[in-house]
Amino acid sequence: MARRWTNDLTLADATPEAAFWNRRQIMAGLAGSGLAAALGGQAYAEEALEPNTWEEVTNYCNFYEFGTGKGDPPKYADLMTTKPWSVKVDGLVDKPGDYSFEQILGEMTLEERIYRFRCVEAWSMVVPWQGFELADLLDMAGVQKGAKYVAFETLYRPSEMPGTAYKVLDWPYREGLRLDEAMNPLTMMATGIFGKPLPNQNGAPLRLVVPWKYGFKSIKSVVRITLTDQEPPTSWNMANGREYGFYSNVNPDVSHPRWSQASERRIGGGLFAKRQPTLMFNGYGKEVAALYDGMDLAKHF
Amino acid sequence: MDTANQLLRHFPVWAVYLLGTLPAFWLFYLGLTGGLGVEPIKALEYEYGELALQLMVLTLSISPMRRLLGLNLMKFRRSIGLLCFFYVSCHLLVWLVLDVQILGQILADIAKRPYITIGMGGFVLMLPLALTSNNFSVRRLGRAWPRLHKLTYAAGLLGALHYVMLVKGFQIEPLFYLGAVVVLLALRLPAAQFQKRQSAPRASGRA
Repeated sequence: MARRWTNDLTLADATPEAAFWNRRQIMAGLAGSGLAAALGGQAYAEEALEPNTWEEVTNYCNFYEFGTGKGDPPKYADLMTTKPWSVKVDGLVDKPGDYSFEQILGEMTLEERIYRFRCVEAWSMVVPWQGFELADLLDMAGVQKGAKYVAFETLYRPSEMPGTAYKVLDWPYREGLRLDEAMNPLTMMATGIFGKPLPNQNGAPLRLVVPWKYGFKSIKSVVRITLTDQEPPTSWNMANGREYGFYSNVNPDVSHPRWSQASERRIGGGLFAKRQPTLMFNGYGKEVAALYDGMDLAKHF
Repeated sequence: MDTANQLLRHFPVWAVYLLGTLPAFWLFYLGLTGGLGVEPIKALEYEYGELALQLMVLTLSISPMRRLLGLNLMKFRRSIGLLCFFYVSCHLLVWLVLDVQILGQILADIAKRPYITIGMGGFVLMLPLALTSNNFSVRRLGRAWPRLHKLTYAAGLLGALHYVMLVKGFQIEPLFYLGAVVVLLALRLPAAQFQKRQSAPRASGRA
């Protein structure tokens, strides 16, 4: 929250994008080889996270407000007005109110995080996000003692969202987290990808990113954040509670009733892409497994 | 309508096979070269599946169209039916070879996931139909042939149901296909009497 950071300058301005990613890969490679050396010949080194391309990240997404096809969001999301934008923060907070996007940015320090992103549909990507920790935003609003959950809402503006003409889901799109999940340092609000502001189809101007949960938990184009003492209703859970639980942690051992979650396909491998095993908590177990100590994750899926 | 039928009579069946199989190769080529987007496997699977459903609806509409509109496409019914089977096979192959890949998971999916069980059921029902879609089988099976080919109705229902069950949330398009199949089957209910009177002069049960 120290300084204001605007999205006008991008990383591409400082370093040509290709060189930027090359340097990143070299560094990741060094880290990997160092790790391998440290492990003394152990045949396992964590795979370096090589981001997907801008083309892939911006052309393959689910944003049902613009249609259910993967091609619909890139085609129609530009209809959405994102300026001005404000987020209503309410419920059990000390400073409820409508916070403008600029006001929020002014209070937050943006940083870059490269996360794996695993969709419930068994595909995955690696995305370089820019944003801030959700905890910082919640601290700004002042979470009151009784709060146990955080509820989120996506913009619902039918005139700019052709997909909402059909009741595919009970609009507006809603998501929620337990407060300790929301406060976890991995949980972020993203405002950009690849050093550029979020394109509309990726949830402009700001969205949640919870890398150890299935992608639909990472709600897009957030207009409301509510602190509550009760588990909030969430869209996919409301639509089909048997298939989509409140937690929806990435878990290779718990199948979706209609397909296995044991493996996934990285987007970008073309027609002959191989599947790779899905990691528990999408590979973030070290950071988040403790949140679920003592819970039966097959029951609380 | 008579002129339409006249024109259709001159349209060769081999051209239907040729034109009908071209999209399969074209779509595969698009998948290889980026024309189907960044996730070509799912896209190809979807395109083949949807073409199969469209051909199924077309096959089922041929006899009602003749009866109700006087449009005679009977000459093409076998080729359209076989093309439908061809696209179902392509769809299944993409799923097996490119999508799921892992044999254990394939078998588990067929057994455990109802929409896949139903889709596989539809494919299995179509096997004897495809194998007997030739003049020899029609002659050999005689009166059993039209009875056997009533399996098309069940395969059509299973195919449409498969689509309805696989989508996320409430979506219109799969319901449209299911509705079309149900309507086309319903049109056959009163037709039973009607066809009995017509069946005598029919030379062969070609389809």
